[in-house]
Amino acid sequence: MIDSWLMERLLVATWETIYMVATSTFFSYLFGLPLGVILVITERGHIMENKVVNRVLGWIINATRSIPFIIFLILIIPITRLLVGTYIGTVASIVPLTLAAIPFVARLVETSLKEIEWGLIEAALSMGANTWTIITKVLLTEAKPSLILGVAITTINLIGYSAMAGIVGGGGLGTLAYYYGYQRYENTIMWATVIVLILVVQGVQFLGEKLAQKASKNRG
Amino acid sequence: MIKIENLTKIYHASGQKIVALDDVSLTIEKGEIFGIIGLSGAGKSTLIRCINMLEKPTAGSILVDGQEITTLNKHELRLTRQKIGMIFQHFNLLSSRTVFGNIMFPLEIAKVPRKEAIKRTHELLELVGLTDKANVYPSQLSGGQKQRVGIARALANNPKLLLSDEATSALDPQTTRSILQLLRDINKKFDLTILLITHDMNVIKEVCDRVAVIDNSRIIEVDDVLNVFTSPGSPTARSFVNSVFSREVPAELLHRTTAGGDREQTWLVRVAFIGTSAGEPIISSLIRKYDVEANILYGNIDRIKDTPYGNLTLELMGLSNDLQEAIDYLQSRGLEVEVLNND
Ligand SMILES: Nc1ncnc2c1ncn2[C@@H]1O[C@H](COP(=O)(O)OP(=O)(O)OP(=O)(O)O)[C@@H](O)[C@H]1O
Ligand SMILES: [Mg+2]
Repeated sequence: MIDSWLMERLLVATWETIYMVATSTFFSYLFGLPLGVILVITERGHIMENKVVNRVLGWIINATRSIPFIIFLILIIPITRLLVGTYIGTVASIVPLTLAAIPFVARLVETSLKEIEWGLIEAALSMGANTWTIITKVLLTEAKPSLILGVAITTINLIGYSAMAGIVGGGGLGTLAYYYGYQRYENTIMWATVIVLILVVQGVQFLGEKLAQKASKNRG
Repeated sequence: MIKIENLTKIYHASGQKIVALDDVSLTIEKGEIFGIIGLSGAGKSTLIRCINMLEKPTAGSILVDGQEITTLNKHELRLTRQKIGMIFQHFNLLSSRTVFGNIMFPLEIAKVPRKEAIKRTHELLELVGLTDKANVYPSQLSGGQKQRVGIARALANNPKLLLSDEATSALDPQTTRSILQLLRDINKKFDLTILLITHDMNVIKEVCDRVAVIDNSRIIEVDDVLNVFTSPGSPTARSFVNSVFSREVPAELLHRTTAGGDREQTWLVRVAFIGTSAGEPIISSLIRKYDVEANILYGNIDRIKDTPYGNLTLELMGLSNDLQEAIDYLQSRGLEVEVLNND
């Protein structure tokens, strides 16, 4: 019984999910990408070796990542309130989603950057490159295909998280499935949401792979 | 050009002290191609990497073109590095940039205006013969072509010094020769000082003017390449020389010939000739002048850089004093003579 009412609800919820996920992916990279870079370059023997920064940052990231998202959501309600004024709704969800994804992104970025051969960094150093040049023109540029795949992974994770946020009133497909599907036993809505989610995730993965392929074209 | 004094480098790895360079002193002249040869783990890479401070020395001083580099601050060091080119065994080209982009990279680092940088890159492409590969990515190049890109990149900012860390070790012999030829060309053309390290004595033979032998973190021998080939001063140097020119005499030959006593004798003699004497008919005049017979067992002629260098193993037969006179004659003609079975 897919009527126009359902269709509309579904479209709105899908849009909300896309909006939440896209925004939080953006903000999680805004903070996570620099953190990932810092994790790498402060390592022993790297271009900005700094044991204290590296250890402390690593510890914080591990600590945040070990909290299950559903608990994290509740835990940071005060922060969400402070930043957005409320902890319910699409905009409010962006806060926990972003905060939870930042450490994840930092680790993903770290992994991508570590794939780069040390020889390339050394070559740049031997040419007299400064730290900024090495970060932008060697590390990030060389790791681009791998970083793009990381964005796809993060986005897909955030789609999952956003559904969880939806259950506590975050809006989007999660809320739709929860209210109509779970609380009112409307299986059609439940299944419709699942199908939309599958399609969105497949789409993101496909796009990520295509873009990564494009970025690594001709490389060896 | 480079003056290294009492250079020591100690690594601390998992609580252990590894002395990679032990009180090394070395002077490299402007415009020469200087080779450092040593076995794996001898400390070659550590030494060459100290010269542009990729590795920080534990103690000692390094002057490059009169400038002490061990005490430079970060900014000064970056400027100095822009004037010291370096090439690597595994090329270390950026896979995200084309050949053109790779060569332009050091120019970007040195903040050369874009227009000028593009012009310079074209010149460099031509210099290394890769004009037709400008827009190709490194993955589509052969090893030799990659190293050409590496060389062009290293020369971009007109360095006075080029450091080469095993630049031909990943290449086949023929490609190695063409890369070495390129190094010789740029050495001449730009009066560029080249310091190269290698474990291959052929590389030393083909391009170097002088060579240092490093063994166990210490420099054990420094000499003109010719001298090292003709009279190696250390067992390590000798084994490197032997790896290029087989100087071993088969055991059965040593047994077949006899030495000592008053009667007719057979001496096994090795004659090494260098440079111009390689063209003179010395052996035939030897036989005419002295009452000896000569039997050529083995010989070869090669080149050490530009100098012909030959090795001849002879059986000389005659009376002991005739033989001695013959050998004196050979020595008087500037040949290195070694009697192999006279112990
Ligand atoms: N970063 C490092 N940490 C600890 N020990 C090191 C380090 N780099 C080099 N060494 C040690 O220092 C010694 C000299 O190494 P080096 O790389 O200079 O040798 P090499 O002559 O270049 O050898 P190869 O021909 O194998 O490249 C070796 O014993 C090596 O294990
Ligand atoms: Mg080495």
